[in-house]
Formats: sequence, structure tokens, C-alpha cells
Amino acid sequence: MMRAALAILLVLLLGSAARAERLIVSVSNHRVTVTPNYSGEELVLFGSVEKDATTPADRTAYDLVVTVIGPRADMVTRRKERTFGIWINTDYRQFLQVPSYLALFANRPFDLITSPEIARRQQIGLNNVLLTQRVSGDYADVVPNDAFRSAFIRLRTQRGLYREDPSAVTFLTPTLFRTGIPLPAEVPIGTYEVEIKLFANGAFIGKTETAFEIVKVGFEQFVATTARQNGLIYGLATVAMALMTGWMASIVFRKD
Amino acid sequence: MQLYLPIADLPVNVFLVLAMGAAVGFVSGMFGIGGGFLMTPLLIFIGITPAVAVASVASHIAASSCSGALSYWRRRAIDPALASVLLCGGVTGTALGVWTFTQLRALGQLDLMIALSYVVLLTTVGSLMFSEGLRALLRTRRGAVPPRRTHNWIHGLPLKMRFKRSKIYLSVIPVVIVGIVIGFIGSIMGIGGGFILVPIMIYLLRVPTSTVIGTSMILTLVTMLVATMLHAVTNHLVDAVLALILMVGGVTGAQFGARAGQKIRGEQLRLLLGLLILSVGVRFAIELVIQPADLFTIRELGASG
Repeated sequence: MMRAALAILLVLLLGSAARAERLIVSVSNHRVTVTPNYSGEELVLFGSVEKDATTPADRTAYDLVVTVIGPRADMVTRRKERTFGIWINTDYRQFLQVPSYLALFANRPFDLITSPEIARRQQIGLNNVLLTQRVSGDYADVVPNDAFRSAFIRLRTQRGLYREDPSAVTFLTPTLFRTGIPLPAEVPIGTYEVEIKLFANGAFIGKTETAFEIVKVGFEQFVATTARQNGLIYGLATVAMALMTGWMASIVFRKD
Repeated sequence: MQLYLPIADLPVNVFLVLAMGAAVGFVSGMFGIGGGFLMTPLLIFIGITPAVAVASVASHIAASSCSGALSYWRRRAIDPALASVLLCGGVTGTALGVWTFTQLRALGQLDLMIALSYVVLLTTVGSLMFSEGLRALLRTRRGAVPPRRTHNWIHGLPLKMRFKRSKIYLSVIPVVIVGIVIGFIGSIMGIGGGFILVPIMIYLLRVPTSTVIGTSMILTLVTMLVATMLHAVTNHLVDAVLALILMVGGVTGAQFGARAGQKIRGEQLRLLLGLLILSVGVRFAIELVIQPADLFTIRELGASG
């Protein structure tokens, strides 16, 4: 009788244990400022997996996947083809509202963390992240080996704006973890979302979110904003600057 | 020292850009040209997109032609009447050029058009100048007198006007057309056009050498100022920080170049300039023909959200 009751209790506990862990995370800086001499930076994300009384005792090894998504934008990928002996942009695909920055980090290779099915559903890995294309009036993501899609990811990766590192997350203790988020010099400004997904024994057991912001400050931000919003004044200022420089030079280097 | 360029959206080494400005300035001072046809390709080479390079170089050329025009003005080597007729065409051509620039950019063919125009224009002008310089050099070696200049068909056109300071009597039609053409190609290619304008004015319009450079500088100055304004208002592509570094380097280099240029004879100078222009054109031609390292390119269509 007693044993039966214990067994029932255990089953109940296991059933409700799917959300038994709590993820607590923070980034080292919630507001990154891009100054004129900014040449890249690395943020640190750290956190811990908090167990509570309902956590099964045998659940000790956790896996983590961290996804950093930068501000979204529409982008066009063009392909060159040889026409009349020279290379010309011919075909193109439009990518709609895709992340301008995308990073996926984990503590071990994605295929060891979870099954391909769950990886696809949870968008784990650059191949599984949703990148919507406009294909002849239709909106869809295409197969991962599509030429435009893979070229898009390759080019963004070359610029350091898309990255995937299955060994970037390190567990300091079985429950305490940290990872670096590298931000290259040409990082897009805006709000960045960070999603931390927790896996155990191949199953997705929970996630949490945080965010940080990248802002340009100082003179160069002022210049960029003015150029976009007050084109006329900006143009006049540039023209005046050109005339001033020319005039000053003619005075400084005047021979007579 | 790294500096972040706000419009080009990438960090550059200030001293590298300053040195580039000075080097191009030296060449431009030596040959009496704006140097845009060297500056734009160099900027593209260090990773600045052709669109931003073209738009920013416009203001750089404006600065260097401004200091040049001022010193020619003091020497009374500018023909105001001829300059204003040229400008009528120049401003129209620039507006057309910037409009075409915007259209091509939307079509994704801007980079190709910039490269193609460089190839066509520079190889043609370069080889013409080179062969002309070579012939002149051989002529002076043999001690022959240059052929006498005769009037051509251009002088038979109507709407004639007297340009006092240049002491020529000329139809305004070819002058306006030359202005339009220079303004148009200048705003698309990011060049002042001095290296084409000066030969056209000398050989086709028969403008005397005393006023030709000063007058052409006025055209360059005004068309480039207009191009800067239009590029800033329509495409938001003028990088003022980049332009300022280029200007400072450029005007300094130009002074030393001008002194070096005085030590070289005219024919040799033209020969060298022809060679330089030709090599830039050939460089662009090779780029178009060989297979690019990457067939794909990405362009952002303005961030939202």
C-alpha cells in the first residue's frame, strides 16, 4: 500500500517536472554604445539553472542553446552570371524581415543535444532558423541547401554577423553557465533578443529571454541621423565644408 | 587610428584614408585634374560600397577644385561667360546623372554601370591621350612644328556668342552639350571630369590654354557641389567624415603635386597621365571579365523595427 502510494507520487512528480527548472540569466551590459572608434566588443551572458523540489533527482546534465537575434530587416541577395563575357547581377531573392545579426551558441554540437525534429521546431542551428523569402509572390522558407539561402548565410557569416558555435557555452558548475556574445565592428544598431533554451536528455524543457540594445552615440551617430533625416541641411553642411577646406587650402598654400 | 565612418558604416584607418587623399591629391596637382577617377576606385578597393564612394568623392573633388579655382581666379585665368554657359549644361547633366544613379541602384545594376563606364571611358580617353602624347613627344624630338589648328564643323553651328576673355567666337550649343555630358558622367562615376573636359575644350572648342583649366575647374566645382547636394538629399549616401579626411589629404597633396608637375615637360606629363588613366580602365575591365570570388551579394533594404 505504502509502496503504491509512493509510486503514484513519483509519477505525478515526473509529470509536472517538465517545467521544474528555472533559468536565470543576465548579460554583462544591457546597453552597448558604439563610439566612433568602436572596433568590436564581446558581451558576456551568464546564468544558472535553478532546480526546485520537483526536479527529478537523476536530471543532472543539461544542454543549452543560446540564440541572439539582432534587429530585423529586408535584404536582397543577388547572383551574378556571365552575360556577354562579363559578370552581371541577374537573379535575385528577397529575404523578408530576417535578423541582421544572428548567433547560435551551445555547449555541445546541436545534433548531440536534441533530435533533428525538435531542432527544426525550436530553430536550433543556422540551417533551421526561419529565413522567409519572397518566391514569386509567395512567402516561404526554402530547403536549407537552397543556393540563395546558403549564400546568404555564408556571406553574413563572413562578415561576422551570422555565427554558430556549438562550444561557446561553458558550464562552470553543472548548473552555472556563461557564454560570450561577440559583436563585430560593423554590428547593426537596435534591439537584440536573446533566447536561452534548456534541454535535458534530448528533450526541450524550457526557455527564457533577455535583451540588450546597441546604440550609436556621439558625433558619428549625429552625422548618420542628420544624413537620413535632414538630407538638405546635411548636404548644405557638406558643401560648405568642401568650400571652406578649399578656401583655407588656397590661403595656407598661397605663394604670393 | 580607427575611425568609424557613419554613412559607409565601417571602420577605417584614418591615416590610410589620409594617405590615399594625399597621394591622389599629389597626382591631381601634378596633372591639374580633380583625381576623382583615381579616388573612387581606391575607396571601392578598401571596401567602401561604390555608391557611397561616388557620392562622397563628389564633395572631395569640390574642395580641391575650389582651392584651384580660387588661385586661377586671382590670376584672371577664368572666363566667366564661358563658365556660365558650361554650367547651364553641367547642372542639367548632374541632375540627370543623380536621377539615373538612383534608378540603377534600385535595379541592382549600379555597381556594374559604374564599372562599365569606367572601362569604356578610361580606356578610350587613356589610349587617346597616351597616343597623342607619344606623337607630340616624337614630333618635338624630330623638331617638327605642330600642325596648325583649323576651324572645324563646330564653328559652323548657329547661336554664336563672343567669349571675351578667351577671345573666341563660338556657338553655345556644343558648350552646353559638353556641360551636360560632363555633369552626367561625373555624378554617376564620381569624377570631376576635368581629364575629359580639358582635352575637349582645347581640341574641339578651341579654347585657349590660358583660360581652359581655370574655366573647367569652375564647371567641376559647381557640378560637384550640385552632385553632393543631390546625392545627400535623394540617396543619403554622402559620408561627410570620409569626405573631410579625403579633402584634408587631397588639398595638401595637390600643392606638392603642382610643384612636381612644373618640373616635367607637357608632352611627358600627358603621356604619363594617359598611361595612368588607361591602367585604371584596364583594371576595371579585368574585374568585370574574371569570375568574381563570390557570385552572390547582399544588400539591405533599409532596416525596420
